[in-house]
Amino acid sequence: MHGFANPARFLRIARWLTPALLLAGLLLTTASLAWGLTGFPAERLQGETARIVVVHVPAAWLGMAGWLTIAVASLAEMVWRHPLAAIAARAAAVPGAAYTALCLASGSIWGRPAWGTWWVWDGRLTSMLVLLFLYFGYIALAQAVDREGGSSRFPAIFGLVGAINIPIIHYSTIWWRSLHQPPSITTGGSAMAPEFLVPVLAATLGFSLLFGGVVLARMRALLAEIQAEARLRRKAFEG
Amino acid sequence: MREALDQWDFVLAAYALGGIGTLALVAWSWLAMRAAERRRDETRGR
Repeated sequence: MHGFANPARFLRIARWLTPALLLAGLLLTTASLAWGLTGFPAERLQGETARIVVVHVPAAWLGMAGWLTIAVASLAEMVWRHPLAAIAARAAAVPGAAYTALCLASGSIWGRPAWGTWWVWDGRLTSMLVLLFLYFGYIALAQAVDREGGSSRFPAIFGLVGAINIPIIHYSTIWWRSLHQPPSITTGGSAMAPEFLVPVLAATLGFSLLFGGVVLARMRALLAEIQAEARLRRKAFEG
Repeated sequence: MREALDQWDFVLAAYALGGIGTLALVAWSWLAMRAAERRRDETRGR
């Protein structure tokens, strides 16, 4: 990991990896969404609305993976003083928030025909909504620290403390009664039929590649802004 | 009496949201990156 701590080395790799991830992600996501719309029959109980799983599950995974990225990067920043860690954490915040919002919206759209309601205040939905508010708080805090010149440890601590919500989201359907079904895909296997599971996994991989590409693009943008500002300050001092 | 819902309306709404939202996110991050790197390169020449 420390091998990528040098921004010049990171940029050398990110220059080709960013478009590669975005291109591969766009192709796989487009194919898996087309597969989800036309590639398998209607589900026995839920009918056509079961196809929403191909959008909803990757969005839920990336909403949580985004915060895990923030938490791991925050740990690397605080423990190892990794120079790119704070940039990686900030870069994951907006895409993580976007996919959390997509998870909530697609779940709500699915809930109307499946449960008869757009929203219920149960453990799973509420903890996911809390995650979205945590993202908003993190983005606001990181921007304030960057603008006002405060310690970058404050967003890092916020990122680590907020990670407690991830196991709450995961176990919410087991701990509390919920309209939401328990996890269908676990390390022990899958409760999904293969004709649903394969497009869901393909879409999850496709959206994850896109997420990786977006995070790298955000990192490059943040790094370029820091480098430009440092150059301008140096020239102002020299001039 | 329950209202009749066309299931495809919900499916298409969820897919449109996922597709358009993802495309917007990719386009925004790519354009912001290009603009930031262009600004950085301009400071080199000043």
